[in-house]
Amino acid sequence: MAKRIGTDTVICETEPQILSAAAIVGKKEGEGPLQEHFDVIHEDTTLCEKSWEKAESRMQSEALSRALDKAMLAPADVQYVFAGDLLNQCIGSAFGLRSTNIPFLGQYGACSTMAQTLAMASLFVEGGIARTAAAVTSSHFCSAERQFRFPLEYGGVRTPTSQWTVTGSGAAVIGHGEDESCPRVCAVTVGRMIDLGVKDANNMGAAMAPAASTTIAAFLNDTGTRPEDYDLILTGDLGYTGSRLLIELLRRENIDIHKNHADCGLLIFDREKQDVKAGGSGCGCAGSVFCSYVMHRLRKKELRNILFVATGAMMSTTSSQQGESIPGIAHLLNIRS
Amino acid sequence: MKPTPGEYSKMTGKASPPSSFVKDMILAFVCGGAVCTVGQLLCGLYQNAGMSQTAARSTVSVSLIGIVAILTAFNVYDDFAKFAGAGSLVPITGFANAMVSPAIEFKTEGHVMGIGAKMFSIAGPVILYGTFASAVYGLIIWIFRLF
Repeated sequence: MAKRIGTDTVICETEPQILSAAAIVGKKEGEGPLQEHFDVIHEDTTLCEKSWEKAESRMQSEALSRALDKAMLAPADVQYVFAGDLLNQCIGSAFGLRSTNIPFLGQYGACSTMAQTLAMASLFVEGGIARTAAAVTSSHFCSAERQFRFPLEYGGVRTPTSQWTVTGSGAAVIGHGEDESCPRVCAVTVGRMIDLGVKDANNMGAAMAPAASTTIAAFLNDTGTRPEDYDLILTGDLGYTGSRLLIELLRRENIDIHKNHADCGLLIFDREKQDVKAGGSGCGCAGSVFCSYVMHRLRKKELRNILFVATGAMMSTTSSQQGESIPGIAHLLNIRS
Repeated sequence: MKPTPGEYSKMTGKASPPSSFVKDMILAFVCGGAVCTVGQLLCGLYQNAGMSQTAARSTVSVSLIGIVAILTAFNVYDDFAKFAGAGSLVPITGFANAMVSPAIEFKTEGHVMGIGAKMFSIAGPVILYGTFASAVYGLIIWIFRLF
């Protein structure tokens, strides 16, 4: 059974396994440094659908279906699916997974959704509520642009701190299996919302970095471990600016992560060549990087003990227009292989 | 020690890469000027073809709007805008792009609530405050002419 330690951390004593994972991405992500790791790269980002929202939904359904195939499971074998995305009312998930007939719990954690859904699925399996549960998330550059920014053909200029929403979806299946090579979720730290007054919606890395530093510090404190105990501390999508701030914030607390820190937003794109300014973002960023590149390295035992910390900016266009600052959130999973 | 919002704002300023101010200004000046020069050339052409100056000026606006609408539809104008920055925004071409791009984007929501309503989502404020500013300007001229 799960055991709570310290202030924020839950240790999963049965160590639920990530039985399989799949990542589906768009053309630009497929041209990036992680291209060989993705399950499917869609050259046509409409996925032959009539709207960007439908394309995003289809990515989720494809990602889940691939992940289930890899684990040799049918949708009927899954007791719960936790899924979320960036679109209003999470329609990417609802419409993408409506035909699966799996009991559905919609999640909203902005770009932290992959960690949030993985945490929920793992805790449900740990608690014996589910034998198998799935975690799914997605984002699509085009559907996010039209909701949060401007139409695609509008000639707006991006600021150097802005991030590029990843077109991608990640799905993972959690349960207890017999395959020893499956990575195990050993601990979960659900983050607190931290708001240090950043109002610039084009600098989400800065808005989310304090939440990431708070969650990482809480986990290390709760478990009595140090950054060097982990092969990799992987944040969600802080990008260039947020990553610099995270390292600086933790340094102020005498925690040095600069040697083993990486960020999904910086891994998925070549920042200079692909002109993505501060890096990638969106639920699909952490989702597709974790469910492909990181899972492959965990399975090959190149990584044995990692912290996966997906970060989210809990804002909307309405809150930004009303002058609200941006609360950040970060959820952490300790995954071992 | 956690920083205060004030301290964090300073940290953010330091960590954020700055915009290349001088380069952006030069590009905006040159590209915006180039757009206006094209307008002036068209104006000369139309007048040579026998149009009055007033008619030629109006036709220039219509021509530039037409050209940009087509360039927007062919995914070209946003690339120019990325390069030119405010140089693409300030002339009438920016206005045309702001009208056409939502019309393309929101056609999936239908002709009425999609194209019809969303077409003005970016240009609406320009139309409203442009009209308001001309009314104020007219009022000021009227007051001056009283004396």
